[in-house]
Amino acid sequence: MRYSGLKVITEGLFGNRGWGQVWRNPAPKAEYDAVIIGGGGHGLSTAYYLAKNHGLTNIAVLEKGYLGGGNVGRNTTIVRANYFLPGNSEFYSHSLKLWEGLEADLNYNVMHSQRGLINLFHSDGQRDAFARRGNAMINQGDDAELLDRDGVRALLPYLDFDQTRFPIYGGLLHRRGGTARHDAVAWGYARGADQRGVDLIQNCEVTGIDIEGGVVRGVQTTRGAIRAKKVGMVVAGRSSQVAAMAGLRLPVESHVLQAFVTEGLKPVIDHVISFGMGHFYISQSDKGGLVFGGDLDFYASYAARGNLPMMEHVMEAGMTLMPMIGRARVLRSWGGIMDMTPDGSPIIDRTPIEGLYLDCGWNYGGFKAVPASGWCMAHLMATGQPHEVARRFRLDRFATGHLLDEEGTGSQHNLH
Amino acid sequence: MRLTCPLCGPRDRREFHYLGAEEYLRRPAAEAASAAWDDYLHNRDNPAGETRDLWYHEAGCGQWLLVTRDTVSHDIRKVELVATLKGGAK
Amino acid sequence: MRIAGKGLTDPSVPVGFRFDGRDYVGQAGDTLASALLANGVKLVGRSFKYHRPRGVLTAGSEEPNALVEVLEEGGQRTPNVRATVQELYPGLAARSQNRFPTLGFDLLALNDLAAPLLGAGFYYKTFMWPRHFWEGLYEPLIRRAAGLGSLSRQHDAAAYEKAYAFCDLLVIGAGPAGLVAALEAGRAGADVILADEDARMGGRLLSETLVLEGRPGMEWVTSVLAELESLPNVRLMPRTTVTGAYDHGTYGALERVGLHLAPRPYLPRECFWRIVAKQAILAAGALERPVAFENNDRPGIMLASAVRSYLNRYGVAPGRRVTVFTNNEEARRTARDLMAAGVPVAAIIDARPHASAVEDCPVYTGATVINTRGRKGLSHITVRHGGGEALIETDCLAISGGWNPTLHLTCHRNGRPLWNEALAAFVPAPGAVPGLEPAGAAAGIMSTAACLASGQRAARGALEALGRKPAAIRLPAAEDAPYVIQALWQVPHAPGLWRRAWLDFANDVTVKDVKLAAQENFVSVEHMKRYTTQGMAPDQGKNSNVAALAVLADATGRSVAETGVTTFRPPYTPVSIAAMGAGGRGTGFAPQRFLTSHTASVERGAPMIEAGLWYRAGYFPRPGEADWRTACDREVRMVRERAGVCDVSTLGKIDIQGADAGRFLDFVYANTFSTLPVGRVRYGLMLRDDGHVMDDGTAARLADGHFVMTTTTAAAGQVMRHLDFVQQAFCADWDLRLMSVTEAWAQFAVAGPRARALLASVLDAPPDLPFMGCAPVLVHGVKGRLFRISFSGEEGYEIAVPARYGEALFRDLLARAEVLGGGPYGMEALNVLRIEKGFLTHAELHGRTTAFDLGLGRMISAGKDCIGKAASQRPGLTGPEREQLVGLRPQTEAPLTAGAHLFVPGEEVGRAQDQGYTTSVCYSPTLGSWLALGFLKNGRARQGEVIRVVDHLRAVDVLCEVCDPVFYDREGEKLRA
Repeated sequence: MRYSGLKVITEGLFGNRGWGQVWRNPAPKAEYDAVIIGGGGHGLSTAYYLAKNHGLTNIAVLEKGYLGGGNVGRNTTIVRANYFLPGNSEFYSHSLKLWEGLEADLNYNVMHSQRGLINLFHSDGQRDAFARRGNAMINQGDDAELLDRDGVRALLPYLDFDQTRFPIYGGLLHRRGGTARHDAVAWGYARGADQRGVDLIQNCEVTGIDIEGGVVRGVQTTRGAIRAKKVGMVVAGRSSQVAAMAGLRLPVESHVLQAFVTEGLKPVIDHVISFGMGHFYISQSDKGGLVFGGDLDFYASYAARGNLPMMEHVMEAGMTLMPMIGRARVLRSWGGIMDMTPDGSPIIDRTPIEGLYLDCGWNYGGFKAVPASGWCMAHLMATGQPHEVARRFRLDRFATGHLLDEEGTGSQHNLH
Repeated sequence: MRLTCPLCGPRDRREFHYLGAEEYLRRPAAEAASAAWDDYLHNRDNPAGETRDLWYHEAGCGQWLLVTRDTVSHDIRKVELVATLKGGAK
Repeated sequence: MRIAGKGLTDPSVPVGFRFDGRDYVGQAGDTLASALLANGVKLVGRSFKYHRPRGVLTAGSEEPNALVEVLEEGGQRTPNVRATVQELYPGLAARSQNRFPTLGFDLLALNDLAAPLLGAGFYYKTFMWPRHFWEGLYEPLIRRAAGLGSLSRQHDAAAYEKAYAFCDLLVIGAGPAGLVAALEAGRAGADVILADEDARMGGRLLSETLVLEGRPGMEWVTSVLAELESLPNVRLMPRTTVTGAYDHGTYGALERVGLHLAPRPYLPRECFWRIVAKQAILAAGALERPVAFENNDRPGIMLASAVRSYLNRYGVAPGRRVTVFTNNEEARRTARDLMAAGVPVAAIIDARPHASAVEDCPVYTGATVINTRGRKGLSHITVRHGGGEALIETDCLAISGGWNPTLHLTCHRNGRPLWNEALAAFVPAPGAVPGLEPAGAAAGIMSTAACLASGQRAARGALEALGRKPAAIRLPAAEDAPYVIQALWQVPHAPGLWRRAWLDFANDVTVKDVKLAAQENFVSVEHMKRYTTQGMAPDQGKNSNVAALAVLADATGRSVAETGVTTFRPPYTPVSIAAMGAGGRGTGFAPQRFLTSHTASVERGAPMIEAGLWYRAGYFPRPGEADWRTACDREVRMVRERAGVCDVSTLGKIDIQGADAGRFLDFVYANTFSTLPVGRVRYGLMLRDDGHVMDDGTAARLADGHFVMTTTTAAAGQVMRHLDFVQQAFCADWDLRLMSVTEAWAQFAVAGPRARALLASVLDAPPDLPFMGCAPVLVHGVKGRLFRISFSGEEGYEIAVPARYGEALFRDLLARAEVLGGGPYGMEALNVLRIEKGFLTHAELHGRTTAFDLGLGRMISAGKDCIGKAASQRPGLTGPEREQLVGLRPQTEAPLTAGAHLFVPGEEVGRAQDQGYTTSVCYSPTLGSWLALGFLKNGRARQGEVIRVVDHLRAVDVLCEVCDPVFYDREGEKLRA
């Protein structure tokens, strides 16, 4: 069923009885051409592009819980292409271009809002580092503008320019950066994949990966064995556990990242603002809640919940940067489980097991990568070859030293 | 979140700095193969359950601690001083 | 209207307040909600989506409708304040929100007419074309219509606090169970904190006409509170909501310190508590829930428990002719209490077919309310009963769909509650939060007598865990009626485009929406929540979650237990960012570290620039200097030609002692230190475990077993952690001790051709130090240290004295320098001097560079192991593909910028052609040219080549010659002079 404003009106006037299921509830078949483990944003987009770009439709997505139940539904919804290292630049640039056509492609309003992202800087050294980044973005073909203090003030007059502990020197403005409605991204891809014949199988936990002679044969699940020639592991947050079923030990450590939303407020913050000195970033959802977050809790965790020290630190950062938000009340806090890698960049690669592919290690940048991750993972699974824009996301790059360390913090997983 | 430092007693998480998994104590010999260094620096069991990892009592006694704890429940089972571990790494 | 003689408010203390521009009078002890109801104000808000007129639904923090803005003088305001929680104070000014232009006439109520088109998730299906209309038109319209209250956009300048508290037992909630628990534990000698979110302790006993031990319940409450107050080991914390349960007995709690008082300077509005409790009891009671039926959201429709609260606690009759709609026995008390107070009750509608009919008013059993009338205030209800339908005139309908235990905190560590069919409610899972025991209604125990016993039982359990003997308090006799309920979630209504029954009042989610979600296969409870937004409003589903689950269960043919439940997450009630971020405002966000030279520098007009947590002088302006560049150029020339003094105390200093100190440095530095003679200093390069450069600095050997290491300012903490780790993990049995002495010493660079002369004038016996020598010295009789090291390229020294002498020495050095034609220099000049010399800072050591990249590969000693050595030899970290440190000199006089990228002239400018980037630039007054340091692919082999420097952001496009990164005195003759 095609969605449109007209359809909303005609359905609405007939009691909305005509809306069909947004996806089917298929029973798992005994065999598929390819199976994707993980029905999150990346798994669903992988399935969608396998079907759309490569014509593979005899495929299944196996999700142990509900579709979109992982980090795609618990992030701060920021979409941007502001990386500067070759390998990341072209990938996120590609992703942003896919975002820009996503609604038309999916016929689903994911509310991608290019409201502009501003990274503030607070010293000459930080300005130079952001200049390097901004220039890299432009070299890549994306957009960037360097704002001085007055330029920031013109856009964000409510920041505290006078008293803050780290004075605002300026900001890097990325106009095409913004936000999207996170759940809608998962649902839009799920609907698109389902419409192309992909079986989305919920409440189906993979309990084993069948490998014979170094070749993958299929998976064991709580809903029975499923044979498949190709298996993609797209399970950020559980990557180490699923990979362990194939005997792999990954360069991943899992950490909790908290996020917060306030009660609804009339429009007050029109951009995405990132305050590096305080590890604080904020935007306002279309519904009116201020959505914001900070850094990791910094200890390995699968708890999907955090503790007070980081929560308070984030609030303190908010108060030093924009004390006008003091009267807003935090309504809810939650945590996502991040695959932290030793250079802060992801992995989309083959594994030593033939037919077994890996997409993981998104650190805390996975949401904006959803379209390109699926695009490239689908390319890899369909062709056996890495996609051009993801060719540096190799599993062996830590061993070889071909690193993509945007933060420059080294191999300690939680520092990225 | 609180940790019990063997020297200082129960303390708030704010006093501690986290490094990562116990692997960091098993530094390979200088001439070890690159795979050993890859395992030391990068690859992790990353268990959902009991783990042992390294914390530094930075705002306290300056001791590194080996903490046995659960990554799902956050239960803390044991805290030991790295400096007095039997058969230290070197 | 107010009922004389009823309630706990004080009629002798009238309190004037203002709502939507009109003045009213309430009484001391009122909330804004009770005072408005006492004044006959029923319409207090508009709903989120359809802008339906709404009145007060509850009497507590779970209120979904009565959200207002509280106004302050000067234009500051607080949005989304629950009128049901806001205590009245003289001069309180509030206004309604989310309406335009007024509460009575809200244009956005047009949404209600368009309701058939605005069902669950409609926005996912439209607004897609044309693409750019989203940011330009659709989204701004949606944003403006959405949201609730509004922020003032003014800085929140009010006071807030944070505090820690520690106790043996935290009792959360001061109703019957909590009071008994606190008393039992308090008498037993435990250190108890009793926290309650209400201004007044007592819980439901404040709102009911219950009898304890033959006397009004309030008398018992008063006597227990009096005793608790008298116990030195018990702390009572009213107005304190425990908002979150975290790890290891840590709880977050928000105290409303000043919100019930007129604002005044220094009065904190709120205090955010971190309470660490060995044991805790959750005695937070239960929340009554509504029933979904057509038009169940009109002003005047109120929870039955809230009607009793307004009647019994506030002495307010919420209506002139009240009706009661219930599915349980308890809510019938509402009718009895009203009638006893002289308020007419038009009817009781009890959904249970076999319910009794004892009250002195019409009682419809097996009956339901099927619709209501009255746009801005309830006027009639339609009741369907065995004999047909009846239209009843009523201005207040008290509804009860039963009670949900307030178990939220038990879910904060991912515990899942359990479905209890008899209660038709979820109850806490045992052991969900270690050390937190639910008691009373929070545990699903509903009668007063059972709650009292449950509180005592929980306290005894806690006392046992604490190793204390129980106190054996005697419990008062109390009602012990069974909780009789028949689940009723929704009353079906006929189809119709505009016919709706509300589940989530706050987010305007109706039964239809949940059914539509199910129809579209959003059947997971999480999908339903996210698709309909049910439970995502300010009340976080406190009023609607269970009913919505039940409707979903019904629509999908599952039981409630099978359907599952979404997760309650902290905070229990919303917490202001200002409270949880208290102390962060202004400069409070991070510590400020000041140098001993700070005052003297400020006196000289130096701008103090943030350097990490430190403040350092940028430059020292002289009269007539137009800008920083003029001052900087002068200071550079001064150092190059005469003598300059610069405070370098921010560098990390680590004292390393023991027989194995040299061996240790060999291990942590890439190069060798064990061979360094006493009295000498060496430059050291420190690698991270992963082979990249962590930091550089120097180590001086003061004695055979005594080194002092310096680190960069930025990496001081990281290096100290690292050294402690290496020592404790790998060298624990070595003879070695480390200590940070950064703040113990003030250290000043003295550089320039006249540096030696300057130092000679302050030292008692100036040593004749060779380059990279060090020695103990006496500075006017004070023991200090002198190092002959240079970060400027001139003959340079660093002189260190105990920090308490720092300011005196700095002032003395400046005075003497000025006699020699020198003076102080700041960070700007320091930076120019080091760029001219090709010295590195963290602009170059940015975490991605290796010794190889920096041209320092040979510093990694071949003859020994060191941290980072093995990893530095990975193939990706060496070779011509690496970007290597180079110097760049423009072929014109055009300025350069740092962060520009490098390209081969004539080639396209794009990511694929990128050759590198600049890291540090300066105008060199010494060389009369702009200079840059940067990294260029295979740069060392490309010296002499011309490269194009492009900075799109700052419109720089300059051709530069690639050269050695040392621009000035390449042979180091000046250093060694």
